[in-house]
Amino acid sequence: MGAGAKAFYHDDAVVFAGMFQAVKKAGKNSSVFRAIAWVLSWILSTDHKRVGILYFVAMFSFFSVAVSLGIMMRLELFQSGQQFFEPKTYNAMFTLHGVIMTFLFIVPGIPAIFGNFLLPLQLGAADVSMPRLNLASWYMYIIGAIMAVVSLFSNGGAPDGGWTFYAPYSIQTQTNVSLALVAAFTLGLSSIFTGMNFLTTIHRLKAPGMGWFDMPLFVWSLYATAWIQVLATPVVGITLLLTVMERTLQIGIFNPSLGGDPVLYQHMFWIYSHPVVYVMILPAMGVISDVLPVFARRHIFGYKAIAYSTMAIAGSGYFVWAHHMFTSGISDVARLVFSFITFLVAIPTAIKIFNWLATLYRGSIQIDPPMLWALTFLFTFSIGGLTGLALGAVVTDIHLHDTYYVVGHFHYVMFGGGGVGMFAALHHWFPKITGRMYNFFHAKVSWFFFFVGFNMLYFPMLILGVMGMPRRYHDYLPQYDFLNSVATIGSWIMVFGILYMFANLLKGLLSGEKAGSNPWNAKTMEWETQSPPVLHNFEKQPKMVHGPYDYEGEWVK
Amino acid sequence: MSSHAASHPQDAHSDNPHADYIGDKVGFWFFLYTELVLFGGLFLGYFFYHMKYKEAFHEAGSHLNVFMGAGNTVVLLTSSLTMVMSLTALQKRKKGLSLLYLGMTILFALAFMVVKYFEWGAKFSYGLYPGSEILQSSHSDGVIIFYGLYFVMTGTHGVHVVLGLLALSWMFVWVWQGKIHADDYAYLENVGLYWHLVDLIWIYLFPLLYLVA
Repeated sequence: MGAGAKAFYHDDAVVFAGMFQAVKKAGKNSSVFRAIAWVLSWILSTDHKRVGILYFVAMFSFFSVAVSLGIMMRLELFQSGQQFFEPKTYNAMFTLHGVIMTFLFIVPGIPAIFGNFLLPLQLGAADVSMPRLNLASWYMYIIGAIMAVVSLFSNGGAPDGGWTFYAPYSIQTQTNVSLALVAAFTLGLSSIFTGMNFLTTIHRLKAPGMGWFDMPLFVWSLYATAWIQVLATPVVGITLLLTVMERTLQIGIFNPSLGGDPVLYQHMFWIYSHPVVYVMILPAMGVISDVLPVFARRHIFGYKAIAYSTMAIAGSGYFVWAHHMFTSGISDVARLVFSFITFLVAIPTAIKIFNWLATLYRGSIQIDPPMLWALTFLFTFSIGGLTGLALGAVVTDIHLHDTYYVVGHFHYVMFGGGGVGMFAALHHWFPKITGRMYNFFHAKVSWFFFFVGFNMLYFPMLILGVMGMPRRYHDYLPQYDFLNSVATIGSWIMVFGILYMFANLLKGLLSGEKAGSNPWNAKTMEWETQSPPVLHNFEKQPKMVHGPYDYEGEWVK
Repeated sequence: MSSHAASHPQDAHSDNPHADYIGDKVGFWFFLYTELVLFGGLFLGYFFYHMKYKEAFHEAGSHLNVFMGAGNTVVLLTSSLTMVMSLTALQKRKKGLSLLYLGMTILFALAFMVVKYFEWGAKFSYGLYPGSEILQSSHSDGVIIFYGLYFVMTGTHGVHVVLGLLALSWMFVWVWQGKIHADDYAYLENVGLYWHLVDLIWIYLFPLLYLVA
């Protein structure tokens, strides 16, 4: 197990081992076969670290596509009047942007990339509980993604109507909605299997001596996330299938002309899709809980409160779905009840924010790139969270519903929360994953461009929404010109920052200095093995000898 | 590096150094849970429309063949019994008996699908299927929804029966080949659990569709 430093990773944890060995043997004399063997050593590997990196490559490929779509939408909206695209093209673009960003990027997001890579390492385990199922999940993700892409170009053309696929429009439109729905179903299946795998791993494979409250908080966030994936995803799965059957067989359930009720679709959709919002954000919160103590050199403040609030967010997420439907004609009583429960979600979220701030208090804060991103999370996510309160209250929601305010709020939460959390994770665990370090100066400069561009892009949306600009429209009145131009220019700056960041990371991967096993001097278990870790992670079974945030000398339990 | 939590005696007998019998079952129960939630979505739809179209559901449900439905219930319940007996026989190291019971379970599953074929066939011959001219022109909204739900629910269940059938056949081969044996039977046990779930869901579908009306 010691030769991990030579090859990037070992290649002997593969499925179809016979075939793989045959190709490898043929590779002795042929560079083509050598290349094939290299690819196979990745896509057949059940090693959780390789699966995580496979997800990374696939997801960020789709991310770049969806970002390009976003840029194109902003170009169209640069000024009032038609600039570049027909209204129909614009409809397809925002649907695709939404579908790719939610189903292919931010939902699988941190758990699939960093959860896969880090969960067994942080628990001191050799792999996840079901490594082959883990690889199968990746294939299901890829199959779903391919179907989503094919749906753009095959019969009927790119799906329109938004990523929520509301009935009855989704059962009437002639575009290729059915295939997109089956794609989303397949992606859901992948998500369910990952969730099952993580739950079992956390229950079964904690290192000797590690109790539930000795786990890093990132693991806690994955645990809560996995529960949501297992509990909620099947509901949207059956809902999407019902919509497909509605389109093909006319079963009538969501079709008002056959006695069905389209509002039932909204209920069933949001019963899943609201909890899944927490699938997008909880892992990012876990990342922040792990990064802040390292760079403040302090024990995390309120460990148990953060762990419990993680579970509380996951739990309460099931009871708030109808706040997406305040204008759908549901009863006043339902609206009041759901509005009230929605405000309750703010409590565990605020508990986290205050605990993070208390962790920073009197810490010896070191602003390295991961910390910079983590602090950015606190800032942007707080804006996202607080702007959400106005949407949770029925009265203000009636005014703000379906305006750009919602778009701004959503992007502050999802991108300013989930996305920024992912960038924090990327900078924090980059040396563990690649064994090398990136350039700090360039990392900070790229952050600066991102931060400025991000706020220029999304903050005007909040104002535009309050002024009454509706979302999903291809055009708008001239009075909204100025702020829209600001947002579009912001989008250029932000994308420049993202490209800059990835260029810097790529340079670090290719020619960065060797990072060593623990460059941040962090205390969680993944830093106890070499970077990158060998196959099966640890030379010998690690034991729990200090807590995950033990920066002040004693094991604070 | 085997599992860290308390392991099961069975793990020592497995060829797999990472064997974790309890973990296998924990994981599978999570999967069964997702199946329940999946059908839960359908049951939710059923209750919603049952409230809305009480009379129409009553009328439409009375056209279902209770005799065939009840027969199928007996078939599935019995198959669950033979499934358990197959596992117990294997644990008692009676491989032949285990295969016999497993074979019976497979036959019962086939019988269920044959009855289903005749039931569905009869409905189709009367034009009572989603999207049919007759159903949409001469029946009320409630009846259309009832048959929509009937076909979706029994159809989704039927797909699960077919998948179970495949899994059972696979297990038959593995028991035959000795890959599953008295000291390593997690696969058979999990497929058995799956089969009981398929059975359980039918036990709810039958009264809801055939009898509540």
